[in-house]
Amino acid sequence: MPDRTTRELFLGEGAGTGSGSQNLYVNMGPAHPAMHGIIRIFAELDGEMVVKADMEIGYLHRAFEKDCEVGPYNNAIPYTDRLNYVSPLINNFAYASAVEKLLGIEITERCKYIRVVMSEISRICDHLTCVGASAMELGAFTVFLYMIKAREFLWELVEDVTGARLTISYGRVGGVKADLPDAFGIKVRKAFAETREVLREVHTLVTGNRIFMDRMVGVGALSAADSIAWGITGPLLRATGVPFDLRRVQPYWAYDRVEFEVPLGKNGDNFDRFLVRMAEMEQSMRMVEQALERMPSGAINVDFEGREIPVDAYVDRGKQGKTEGLLLLPITLSPNLQGQGRDAEARVNVHDKTVVLPPKENTYGSIEGLMNHFMLVMDGYGIRPPAGEAYFAAEGANGELGFYVVSDGGDRPYRVRCRPPCLPPVAALPRMIEGQMVADIIPTFGSVNMIGGELDR
Amino acid sequence: MDGSAILARLRGRLGARIIETHEHHGDHTAVVVRDGILDTLRFCRDDAELRFDLLMDVTAVDYLKFPGREDGPRFDVVYHLYSVPHNHRVRLKVPVEQDAATVPTATGLWPIANWLEREVWDMFGIRFEGHPDLRRLLLYEEFVGHPLRKDYPIDRRQPLIGPKV
Repeated sequence: MPDRTTRELFLGEGAGTGSGSQNLYVNMGPAHPAMHGIIRIFAELDGEMVVKADMEIGYLHRAFEKDCEVGPYNNAIPYTDRLNYVSPLINNFAYASAVEKLLGIEITERCKYIRVVMSEISRICDHLTCVGASAMELGAFTVFLYMIKAREFLWELVEDVTGARLTISYGRVGGVKADLPDAFGIKVRKAFAETREVLREVHTLVTGNRIFMDRMVGVGALSAADSIAWGITGPLLRATGVPFDLRRVQPYWAYDRVEFEVPLGKNGDNFDRFLVRMAEMEQSMRMVEQALERMPSGAINVDFEGREIPVDAYVDRGKQGKTEGLLLLPITLSPNLQGQGRDAEARVNVHDKTVVLPPKENTYGSIEGLMNHFMLVMDGYGIRPPAGEAYFAAEGANGELGFYVVSDGGDRPYRVRCRPPCLPPVAALPRMIEGQMVADIIPTFGSVNMIGGELDR
Repeated sequence: MDGSAILARLRGRLGARIIETHEHHGDHTAVVVRDGILDTLRFCRDDAELRFDLLMDVTAVDYLKFPGREDGPRFDVVYHLYSVPHNHRVRLKVPVEQDAATVPTATGLWPIANWLEREVWDMFGIRFEGHPDLRRLLLYEEFVGHPLRKDYPIDRRQPLIGPKV
């Protein structure tokens, strides 16, 4: 109808539209500046009210589960980095733990503590990103800058340990890639002092701030019963008052040996989610401090049968005299391997037919290391768990992160399934925003903390 | 509740609907016949002693190339349940034949089943009877085939879609 004006066409004003008004269909995304990833919200609006909404996801699908099936078990570790790319360490460790469960091996005490420390640092990074980004979308740009600053300090810690900031690939089946670097505790203390300062400033800036409260309180709420029915876990469920935290109810690694509280909300709205995340960051810092204090020394890797790998077991003893000089050659690797280079001989060690790759110094510096490496990466060899299946769940930054691994007895996983923590909240998002104003979509979407990598896999 | 007690309760109350139960690496699993899965899920959710109120995950496994199961039912649909009040878990598996790859939907019990089942349909081509909106979840409508099936080659190319430039 060419003679209609834009107002008549879209707002239903004027003659010929029956009731005089009609609903407006709006597409947000897939590429929208306020969307934390590529996702489409299709909303039906009545004025400024959202009547109905639908989500379209999958724009970042890259066949994670299929790719895991074609390579050996450790090949999936880099893929898991890219699931939740804001807290990749938790993904690494959860996947490794699922395979360890399948193998029936127990990792060393020290490794358990290292996993706790690095997971909690990642969790703080994740919450900082989520809270900072959603505050920015409500106009509190300063909060975003402060939080990114704090995240920078934590990423420096991650970089120190793993050699990378985002795609860290630090977890290994049977252990971790390398030990913590020198004086890590001091660096952590410094970074946490900065982070605590930032959290204090953020609380001063937005908690109680009129604009922030008006946009957050009572918006996007979901009841406890609804959250459970929608499969929601993590901070979003705890914001409704349900004390479900895997670190507390089904402790794994060393979580039963550190003290922490499970922060709970009451109303399940965006403001409670914000408060829960803010409180969880403090608890995570507490956990890291305790874990670093109580962390025992000793081996960090175990072999196929779950035995600790002793210091000098990897070289044939008869040849030790000959290879020692070779091993002491100053082979300089990239500075990113700092955590590994430091007394790697004392901590990370393997003998052949094990789960854990030898340190790179040995691979490049001795024939035994090279053979060991070769045996582990050769087609048909390497890690071969007995046929069976195992499901391991870890508390990810957004909720339960589960890995369901099926083995057929071969050297590559038969099936790897990742239970993504942020899929249920995104599925429930239409339910959260229906009946709300169109402007409330943004803070609600921010509080869900959608991570495209794990949502679309 | 202890895992083996959960399995015993399922066996006792659901009788022939449970084909077998087993424990593996501390995970407790019940294998359920396809026609009994809805009853089993409902019983798991509503029974006062089980109260599996959280449907953690629905996924599937294609056993086409699994040694020792070449002749058995091709797929298993796998449900992971968790109980918030009782803090226990169980896994339910439903064997599904290739020729009749359908399972009754659980959307009436848990709304999240809607998306999880859409993903299983998308990736495995297993249909969920009675599902209100069985579209692909991650892939696009024009995609041909179901990529997590074992006979789908990993390097198969699909035609590009979208507006011509």
